[in-house]
This record gives sequence, C-alpha cells and structure tokens, in this order.
Amino acid sequence: MQIGKMLTAAALLALSTSLAQAQDLKIGLQDDPDILDPDQSRTFVGRIVYASLCDKLVDITPDLEIVPALATGWEWNEAGTELTMTLRDDVVFHDGTPFNADAVAANLDRSKNLETSRRKSEVRSIESWEVVDDTTIKMTLSAPDATLIAQFADRSGMMLSPTAFEAAGEDFGSAPVCAGPFKFKERIQQDRIVLEKFADYYRADEINFDSVTFLPIADTTVRLANLRAGDLDMLERLAATDVASVEADDGLQLERATSLGYQGITPNVGNGEAANNPLGQSNLVRKALSLSIDRNALNEVVFEGAFATGNQPFAPTSPWYNADFPVPERDIEAAKALLAEAGVADGVTIEVQVANNPVQTQVMQVVQAMAAEAGITIELAAKEFATLLADQSAGNYTASQIGWSGRVDPDGNIHQFMTSGGGLNDSKYVNPAIDTALNEARLSTDPAVRKESYNAAVAIQQEDMPIIYLYHPVWIWALDDSLSGFQAYPDGMIRLHGVSQN
Amino acid sequence: MLGFLSRRLLIAIPTIILISIFVFSLQKLLPGDPVLVMAGEERDPDLIAALREKYRLNDPIFVQYFAWAGNALRGDLGISLRTNQPVTELIGEKLPVTIQLAVMALIIAMVIGIPAGVISAYKKGTWVDWLANLIALSGLSVPNFWLGIMLILLVSVKLGWLPASGYQPFSEDPLQSIRTMLMPALVLGTATAATLMRHTRSAMLSVLQSDYVRTARAKGLREHTVLIKHALRNALVPVVTVTALLFGELLAGAVLTEQIFTIPGFGKLVVDAVFNRDYAVVQGIVLCTGIAFIFMNILADAAYRLLNPRMRDT
Repeated sequence: MQIGKMLTAAALLALSTSLAQAQDLKIGLQDDPDILDPDQSRTFVGRIVYASLCDKLVDITPDLEIVPALATGWEWNEAGTELTMTLRDDVVFHDGTPFNADAVAANLDRSKNLETSRRKSEVRSIESWEVVDDTTIKMTLSAPDATLIAQFADRSGMMLSPTAFEAAGEDFGSAPVCAGPFKFKERIQQDRIVLEKFADYYRADEINFDSVTFLPIADTTVRLANLRAGDLDMLERLAATDVASVEADDGLQLERATSLGYQGITPNVGNGEAANNPLGQSNLVRKALSLSIDRNALNEVVFEGAFATGNQPFAPTSPWYNADFPVPERDIEAAKALLAEAGVADGVTIEVQVANNPVQTQVMQVVQAMAAEAGITIELAAKEFATLLADQSAGNYTASQIGWSGRVDPDGNIHQFMTSGGGLNDSKYVNPAIDTALNEARLSTDPAVRKESYNAAVAIQQEDMPIIYLYHPVWIWALDDSLSGFQAYPDGMIRLHGVSQN
Repeated sequence: MLGFLSRRLLIAIPTIILISIFVFSLQKLLPGDPVLVMAGEERDPDLIAALREKYRLNDPIFVQYFAWAGNALRGDLGISLRTNQPVTELIGEKLPVTIQLAVMALIIAMVIGIPAGVISAYKKGTWVDWLANLIALSGLSVPNFWLGIMLILLVSVKLGWLPASGYQPFSEDPLQSIRTMLMPALVLGTATAATLMRHTRSAMLSVLQSDYVRTARAKGLREHTVLIKHALRNALVPVVTVTALLFGELLAGAVLTEQIFTIPGFGKLVVDAVFNRDYAVVQGIVLCTGIAFIFMNILADAAYRLLNPRMRDT
C-alpha cells in the first residue's frame, strides 16, 4: 500500500515537473508561410519561421552590423573577388550529420543550380568555390560583390543538411532539416507549424523553450484577440491603429523596429505608351507631387504616427540615409510653381494603381486629397495585388503605389530599381550617372567608400524622382507581459535566443 | 428509385465536364500572372522562365486543360504551386475540417430553427411570433465577420470560455475540437437557423390549417400530440429537402467564417489559393465543390421522393 502511494506520488511529481518544463511558445503570424525550403521560399513569414529553424552563415545585429554565426570569420582578397570563410567545427544538422565546408559547398550549389531556386540572383556573383579544409571554404567571384556577405545573413546563407536535400530534392520543404535552435516537427497548412527544441544545438543554453508553434492568423483584430485571450504569447505586425490599446493593457508589452523597407509611388517614366503623360515625362511634375504630400500628416492619419516618414530608399535612421536631403515639408506653393514650370499650370490628372487592401487604399486616399490642393488630380485604380504586379511589369500603368520589404545591404533596396535594365526597374528609368554610382557601390567592401556612392545616387534620385518615397513601415510586435529578453531587429525576424517566459 | 438515381447520375457526367471546363478557363481569365507571384519579390527572369516551363504554362490552353483533366480522371489534381503539396492530399486534409464545421453549424441551425418555426407558427400573430421573426431577421442580416469578431471579443477575450481561434482535429481531442468549433459553428449556423425557421413556420402554417389536423383535434387528442405527431411530421418533408440544400450553402459560407476564426478548412484554402494564383489548388477545390453540390442535389431529390410517396412516379 505504502509502496503504491509512493509510486503514485512519484508519478504525479514526474508528471507535474514535466508539465512545468514543457514550455511551448505560440507566435501569431500574419500569413501562412509558403514552402519551408529556404532555397525555394519567398514569403516574409517563412523567414520568421527560419529564424528558429535554420541558422545562417552570418547574422546581423539590431544596428545592421554583420556578425559571425555558422561562419566564425571571413576575409576578402585585395581585389574583392575572393571570399574565404572559416566555419564552426561544433555544429550538427538536425539529422545528426556534421556541418562543414563540404556542406556549405553543397548548399551553394543548390542555391545556384536547383531549377526552382529563388536564390539564384542573390548568389549569382559566385563563380566557383573550393573546400580548403573541413572548416574553410574559398569562393571566387566573377566580379567584386560587396553585397554578398549580407546575402549570407538571410536565406542564401541558411545551411540545410545536404543528406536531407539530396534525398528529398524539391520536396525538402515538407520536412526541412537545418542547423537552427529548433527542429521541424509538423505542419498543418494554414493552421500551424510546430518546431521542437534541438538538443544538440551549438547554442542550446540560450534557448528556453521546448517547442515553438507558429499560428497564421490573417485578421489583425483576431490575432490581437488571441493574444489577449492567452492563446498566443506574441504576435508580429500589430496594426498601427491598435498600438494605443496595447500600450494601455497591463498584460501586454510592445516592441518595435523601423523596417528596412519602404512604401512609395512608382511613376511609369519609360515603359511603353503608358509613360507618355506629364508625370512620366517630367521630373518637375514628380517633384511637385512629392512636395504636395505632408508625410507627417499621412503617418498620423493612417498609422497614428507609429510608422516612420521617408523620402529615400533608406529610412532616416539608417546609416545609409543621405542627410543632405531631409524629409521635405509640404509646400503647396512650390508644388504649383513646379507645375507651372513644367507647362501644366492648370494641373494634371494621373491614375495611380493601388493594392485593394484597406491600409494601402487609405494611404492613397490621403495622398489624393493632399495632391488635389496642388492641382494634381489622382484617380485611384484599386487592384488585387497579383493583378497590380502583372500590370506593372507589363507597363500597363501610369503610376503604382507599391513598396519593398527591404534588405540588409543597401544595394538590395536601390540597385535593381534604379539601374537601367535592373530586374525590378519596371518603369524603365534610365540615368547613366546613377548606374555608375550604384555599380561602384558594389565594388568596395569599405563602408565609407560605399556611403559616398549611395549619397551620389540619392542626390540623383531626389532630382529625377523615379520613385516618390512616402514612409517606412515599423515592425510592431505585441508580447505577453510574461516574456522577457526579446530583441527587436530591423529585418522583422523573431530571434528566440535569450527569450524566456516567467 | 434505382432508375431515378441512375438517370440523375448519367446527367451529372456532362455537368461535371462542363464544370471542369468552366473552372479551368475562368481561372485563366483571372488577371495576374501566377509565375510573377511565385517568383517572389526579386522576380528573377531566369527563374520566371524556368517556372513557366516546369508548370507547362507556355503550352496552348487546351493542351493544358487536357493534361489537367486527364490527370484529374486518374485522381491526380496536381501540386500546390505554393507549397509543393499534392492537391488531393490538401483536399483530403481540409475537407473533413469544413464538413465538421458545416455539420455542427447545421445541428445548431436545426436545434434553433425548427422549434422556433413550430412555435411561431403555432402562436401566429402573437408577440412570440413577432419575436421569433425579429430574431430570424437579425440572424439573416448580421454579417458573419462582425458577429464572429464580437463573439471572440466577448466569449474568448472577456470571459475566457472558449479559444479565440484555431483548430483541433476531432480524432485527437473530441472535446477540445468541439470547443474550438463552437463559436464558428454558431456564427455560421445563425443565418441558416433563420432560413430554416422561416421554412418550418410556413410549412407548419399550411399543415395546421389542413383537415386532418382538425380531425385529430376533434378526436380529442392532446394539443402536444397533434402538433408534434401529426402536424410537424408532415411539415418536415419540405424542410428536410431545404436542409440538404442548405448544407451546400454552409460549405460555401464557411469561406468567410474560416477566415475569421483561422480554421484550416476548405474555405481558407481556396481564399489563400486565389490570392496566390495557386491554379492547381483553386481548380481542384472548385471541381470537388461542384461535384459535391451535384450529389447534394441528387440526395435532396431522393430524400424528397422517399418522404413524399406522391413524387415517386413522376
């Protein structure tokens, strides 16, 4: 009898301690990620999952400095065409296979050569590689590419188990095997992604959760309701309009970081017939439109002041921002004078296409009202995003309200949009001077030298206005008060190292 | 009956072929390029070309149709462009979720709608009738998304009784499964309850005026027996057929409800697929839904014949 009681007590004790220890963190995402294969995926929320699942060669600090992760260090040759990386020797993948220079080589090969790889353009400059020893790999570039290291701080630098991807091929995403703090457990599409702690993780002591569950909840109100009801521990992308109510809630806390991305208006300046209008043909009209907008008021009205105003591809808080061109004040008289100078003193009418979601539509309605006072009549064409994108890349637009999610390296936020023939330069803007500045910025690995090139490029952009920048979104996370140790990063990722729950 | 069923099934075949053609061509008429969406923000031209080739999007549309329809006949609906998961597997995963939601909503609708209809017919013209009508009208008029969010705020956030959203498979934890589905089923069921109530009420009204009800009363039967045993039984015939058709509507109505409560069912799948131009998934789902509708209709007609002998020979 006594023994029986003791056994029961022991079992209960074991049960209660295991319950106390089994800590699961529930994170609410705005969308359901696409395929969980860093080489094939394209969604922002997918990258949030990878932050817990797949470690990268290098990482960033909240101040955007690049720091070692799976790579312990790196060195460029004089000409900037050879990159030698040294690697950690204590890392294993979730399937127990070792991480080493051979694994990096196999990953580079996959990013470059998998038919459906979305990473091809990011690692295009790498021409060949050589495994020097187990912990050293040397990459040879076709031309100097200062942006490459920053690519390794994102999906191109995520290391997957070669054993796993050789076996699974394109289906790797149904059971991804990486070298991050958590390993893949299960996924039910549109419902949840569950990861569990990886015991052999090389920084396991910094991980305080046994599992993490990502729950896609598209509606921001419902996502917040879930957090308040205790069904979530944290959520990403709180609506700016909910900031005040979360701040007033004792049970919740807020974290924020200005994103690397932007939102703006891209006029069609040279893509086909649709560019033949005053906005497309005259930089004076584009400057007038920019001057007619009160960016602070726009931020206050639509985002209750929670976002950051902007007028360049980089946010005013970024080290790459050109301080010679501060965010302009609204100046209706100057805008009218520019229109007169452009020969359209009676005003112009332009059509702007905008994604048919409430927030972007509201942004454009505010801009519409402001521009009207300067004599610029804006007609809004609301389209579903896939349609908007197709029309834009086909040149069927006068102007688009569109944005960019942002990249760590400044090159990723400007080069493809402004250089002639750039992959994302849909309006076919051409200015050889900006091509020179932006191509030069790729050559040097010295930040001071690069900064000069970007300053020059931004000066040209301010004159030509191929994109009228409006604001930079701010990532806003809402967390349960019991969480501590969370650090906000401008790339919007959720890094769980050092995060714990009381 | 057998003749009727085989006739109906034969007619169903051309209908299904027509549906498949419509689904396929309407999808292609949608503006927007699936490959542009799939290629991601960078839109790498090499990748776009490779994807077009891989998914045979360069082929003429009828070649694409026959390739798809041929595979569909063999039970292969293609793979999701977004996650590489086979569409049949996705449908197999999501359909039970939506069916559970629809069944629960239907039960709620029947539990509320049929008694309310009986009572309001019996108490015709009194305040009870007016009240029932008022509630039914509100049930029909209140938008799902509004009711859903209000319920979440009240029941989950304020009272903490039920989870705010999410899903638990019935096979894993039946109680939790019902708990997570209760609010969405209620939201989905209210409008259907109202429709059922109106149908029950009008059927009961006509039955209550018929001769055999007067006879039953004249025999001295208790009012309760007259109402339930004699009147309701006959009034239920049209109600049953309406219910079968309403079930199809519930499946369609689940689209919005699943979006609000983040239930990983059919509706949420189709919405995400349309926004991502995930052609194979949209085609697979619409085809399956179309076939389901056809069979629900056949079942409704068959039920009608079973319940109403006068229909059998026509």
